Amino acid sequence: METLSDHNWVLSAAVFLPLVGVVAMLLIPRSEELLHKLVALGTALATLGIGVFILFTFDYDRAGTLQYTVNTTWIDVIHSRYIVGLDGISLPLLLLSMVIVVLVLVYSLNHIPDPGNPKALFILILLLEVGMNGTFVAQDLILFFVFFEVVLLPMYFMIGVWGGEQRKYASIKFFLFTLFGSALMLLAFLALYFKTGAASFAIADLAASSSSIAHGTQLLIFGGMFMGFAIKVPMFPFHTWLPDAHTQAPTVGSVLLAAILLKLGTYGFIRIAIPILPDAAVSWAPWIGLLAVIGIIYGALCCLAQTDMKRLIAFSSVAHMGFVMLGISTLTSYGLNAALFGMVAHGLITGMLFFVAGSTKERFHTLEIKRLGGLLLQAPHLGWILGMCVMASLGLPGLAGFWGEFPAILSSYQPAPGLSEPLFRTFMVVAAAGTVLAAGYLLWLYQRVAFGEPSPEFAHHEIHDVELPEWLAWTPLLIGIVVFGLVPNLMFKLFDPAVQVVLGLKG
Amino acid sequence: MFFLDHAWLIPVLPAVAFAIILLVGKRLPGKGAEIGITAILASLVLSLLAAAQWIQRVNDAGAGHEGALGFFTTLGRSIAPRAATAGGEHAAVVEPVIHSITWWQSGSTTFGIGTHIDGLAVALVVVVTIISSLVQIFSLEYMRGDRRYTHYFAGLSLFTAGMLNLVVAENTLQLLLGWEIMGLCSFMLIGHWWEEQANSDAALKAFFTTRTGDIGLLVGISIVFFGAGQTFSIYETNEMATNGQISHLVLLMASIALFIAVIGKSGQFPLHTWLPDAMAGPTPVSALIHAATMVVAGVYLVARLYPVFYDGFSIGNGGVNPMVLIGGITILIAAALAFVQVDIKKVLAYSTVSQLGYMVMGLGAGAWTAAVFHIFTHAFFKALLFLGAGSISHSGSHHSFNMKTSMGGLRKKMPITFWTFIIGTLALAGIFPFAGFWSKDEILVAAGANGYSTFMVIGLIGAFMTAAYMTRCVYLTFFGEYRGGDHHGDVHAPDPALVGALHASEGNEELTLEHDLAVAHDDHGHGVPAHGAAAHGGHDEHFEPHESPLLLTVPLMILAALAMFGGLLNAAPFGIEKFKDWVEPTIAYPEFAHADFSYSKAIVSVCLALAGGVIVFALYQRDLGRLRGLTRRSRLASAGYTFLWNKYYLDDLYEKGVVYFIKKPLAAAMYWINQHVIDGVVNGVGRGSVGVGRWTYRHIDQQVVDGAVNGAGLAAGSSGGFLRTLQTGRVSQYGALLFAAAGIGALILVIVV
Repeated sequence: METLSDHNWVLSAAVFLPLVGVVAMLLIPRSEELLHKLVALGTALATLGIGVFILFTFDYDRAGTLQYTVNTTWIDVIHSRYIVGLDGISLPLLLLSMVIVVLVLVYSLNHIPDPGNPKALFILILLLEVGMNGTFVAQDLILFFVFFEVVLLPMYFMIGVWGGEQRKYASIKFFLFTLFGSALMLLAFLALYFKTGAASFAIADLAASSSSIAHGTQLLIFGGMFMGFAIKVPMFPFHTWLPDAHTQAPTVGSVLLAAILLKLGTYGFIRIAIPILPDAAVSWAPWIGLLAVIGIIYGALCCLAQTDMKRLIAFSSVAHMGFVMLGISTLTSYGLNAALFGMVAHGLITGMLFFVAGSTKERFHTLEIKRLGGLLLQAPHLGWILGMCVMASLGLPGLAGFWGEFPAILSSYQPAPGLSEPLFRTFMVVAAAGTVLAAGYLLWLYQRVAFGEPSPEFAHHEIHDVELPEWLAWTPLLIGIVVFGLVPNLMFKLFDPAVQVVLGLKG
Repeated sequence: MFFLDHAWLIPVLPAVAFAIILLVGKRLPGKGAEIGITAILASLVLSLLAAAQWIQRVNDAGAGHEGALGFFTTLGRSIAPRAATAGGEHAAVVEPVIHSITWWQSGSTTFGIGTHIDGLAVALVVVVTIISSLVQIFSLEYMRGDRRYTHYFAGLSLFTAGMLNLVVAENTLQLLLGWEIMGLCSFMLIGHWWEEQANSDAALKAFFTTRTGDIGLLVGISIVFFGAGQTFSIYETNEMATNGQISHLVLLMASIALFIAVIGKSGQFPLHTWLPDAMAGPTPVSALIHAATMVVAGVYLVARLYPVFYDGFSIGNGGVNPMVLIGGITILIAAALAFVQVDIKKVLAYSTVSQLGYMVMGLGAGAWTAAVFHIFTHAFFKALLFLGAGSISHSGSHHSFNMKTSMGGLRKKMPITFWTFIIGTLALAGIFPFAGFWSKDEILVAAGANGYSTFMVIGLIGAFMTAAYMTRCVYLTFFGEYRGGDHHGDVHAPDPALVGALHASEGNEELTLEHDLAVAHDDHGHGVPAHGAAAHGGHDEHFEPHESPLLLTVPLMILAALAMFGGLLNAAPFGIEKFKDWVEPTIAYPEFAHADFSYSKAIVSVCLALAGGVIVFALYQRDLGRLRGLTRRSRLASAGYTFLWNKYYLDDLYEKGVVYFIKKPLAAAMYWINQHVIDGVVNGVGRGSVGVGRWTYRHIDQQVVDGAVNGAGLAAGSSGGFLRTLQTGRVSQYGALLFAAAGIGALILVIVV
């Protein structure tokens, strides 16, 4: 297994390096706020440095193969091994996670939400990074589960401590809801292991022996995984934790949640559920597709009913992740590529939207849409950035969002063999109609927030435009949105070979 | 063939200009305008050189050289050309010049982005770059002092880049890119003065309406993609459709879907309603949108993918199909609306809708060359008319576009604007030998010859109406007495003869007048000394109409020359058919039948147009004669007028019906379901599991369980315990919750596995 590359330490370092920062910060007194900021940022940058190293040493010609693999004993008693590896699917997501963490920390240089305490906040962010990075490289189900759960607690505290007025309700709801899904997921993993009689919890082992399970049982196991992943995505109708969590979370929490955490669910479908149980996936696909398109329309309609900018963006995630799930449900390479692109694009775009929402709130102390207006006059740069994100979010070609949306629609015209064409073509038309609704709620939002004259309430307030930490945190995302929009093959080239492997079409 | 091989430069230059203007435009002496104009002029030169080389290629092919039959590659695969001598009528086959590079990939298939250059593309890039250059030069003066001058030029550059990209697109996905970029730019430019809600409303309306049509584009492209064996390539798609390699049913579905997009983008009935509202943007933008970009995109899509529609809609059979039908309807309903407008730009807007109807009808009737020729000629005279309207508002009517309150008698004050406007009107009305005559006549003749006689008659009626409403427009603007000057005086003491007679019964005269004021808008600089107070006098000073400066009139004169002589490129009775020779595709398209020029039909159509013009002119000269007060005397006339005034109530149907329904009751209902039904279940489950948990885990610390109960948000009032547990009992609480969840899981495990 370790023949591809000699750099098999890099993934472990990429995952656990943030812990070094955490330990260092635990030793530093709480009052040294600047030092905490620097240590956290330094750690995140060092981690990103490993990511850049991976970027340069990754063998792009073999993007479909796991690289930098480590396969060693871990918990022998339950046959769980420490297996990590990285292919074309994991690489962009891992890098996204690393970049977002750095940017979130940069943004936090002068944006510490109430009640302060950057030490605790930054430690949580770094812990979160361990979980996120680990999830994207774990190749053993127990290991995956552990990382998947590690993510939960820091976010729970982030919402519960630094959140808005309803933070208690939101954080508990987030916690219980996802925990519920996780329990079923764990159950499915266990059932899978016992039913296949595989040698270990390694994904490769399980995938190789899953066909021995009766189809009915496969369906149930897939169902367990589905609950775990679908809640995390979140798919309609398991999405109601999301608007509350997003609305209540501090800005950095919302950004992390939208940019990375939601991707853990969709990633799970692509990395675990589909390759291990391809037959069950075919049976489940129509239902997943149905829920996905319901989510697209339903999320968009709920957006139209919102009066709060942040809550609106939160609901838009339901719609956007609907496109991702629609792509996945087609079980075709177009669909999965679209889904993966959509995941990264949504991370960049919605992450940016939450940043802008946070900065708007900081300036106006409200996100109630009808009280805002004339942002383009009072803070022109902020207004233009919001405009660009809105356009990216509604899937304008030339910006990243398009490449998650259109190929997903395209793929539903001809889903994988065994799936009903008329059904998926219906999905296609509904999803295409969803793009109009997306334009609807986003442009109405933009019109009311950015156009017109400032509302009398704020007309005489001194509203400062985008500041340096904001520029530093946002510019990479904005550049990413444009560059990936114009040159999508930067990512498709990575995804595609790995997607072929996932679908069992090659190698 | 350097310029054909490197045609990618043509859209890229304005796109780069857009980026440069955005980044550094404000710091430049010309505020970024010089970048935009330099880029577009460079593109213009490249386009003309490409056109010259294309003509060379066509001539070479005609002379039997091999030059035009050269290789070309699409993604590294070469496509076997149709047998060079096939088809009899065409002695030579001129292949398009196609280049592409990898854009993205999926399933080890790569998709390109590149250029597909043939006669159609060359004709369009020439038109687009000419119009865009003139519009930008015109804007130098027209927009001087505007508060977003730099952004305006950035927008124009991107808009042009979007259209050029669409025109040269090698594949349908790239076409979609240009299509949507134009959607964005029209949004930016129509809403250029977004401080006023009416403007941003218009921008949103344009975006939504075209986006609604775009559902069809997304779906249609997908259908064509799979129908043509998983390729977006326009050339391959066309070739397969022409050779019958794609089933008729697939092509029919694709045609329907794509045509919906055309209806949205090219302002066809019933989605034409955004176009007149789009007049909220600065006037040069209107010229650009209406003449060379945006609305032409839909028609271009049909022309580009014509084999798909030709087979899909069975155009060759001469039967009625959706395209010819929608085109025909659009000609008439838009022309009728043009009669009741008081805003000069709205008259022109409806005339665009109507003329687009001719193009769509022509394409639907199999008159490909004629329709494309009409795109070509229409661009010149429509740009001319819009820029003329801009010149009037700039120097003649105090930034107003209201023909009734602010214009009249401008003929002597603005001679250049007047004469160029007259030339544009004659071209639009299809009077021999102006440009519009040749293309419109060709459409009608071809429609008749291809078995669409009914639609030929509709076209003739349309020609009559066009001449009539344009004469009304010219009369109100340039003839009679000047009604501008002091705004207030005119508003309260309108010329009773005019206002009363034109379209209002006595009863609702006041109402109509208010309407006039409400619907007509202006191109003010909005709060800044937009056009220079020194040059025009202050707002409330006496305002004297005068001719516009050269920066405005020179573009008008150039366009007037093109509107006069542009049609002679394809003047059959003179034995000139250059446009057909150069533009008509010889490969991968169906063979087009060509009807002979018919003197009788030409004479009929010109006479009808002249009659329309003369009748209206005479009526206005006599103060409308017996028609005066018709809406007062006749209920029918009054009802008809009201119906037209309200634009067939389509706007009401869309805005108060569809949009309102989705935005208010439907969205609210969904959100109610979200909060009460779905979340109710969630909270109920939470409550239930907490109950189970309490029952099962009585031995666990009471405080922890309480914390969970409170935290679940059900007992919101008594949730003080949560924070305490948060601080004191983190680990144990997490453990308890995990156990609770695992317990539920275990239960399920026992039951199902």
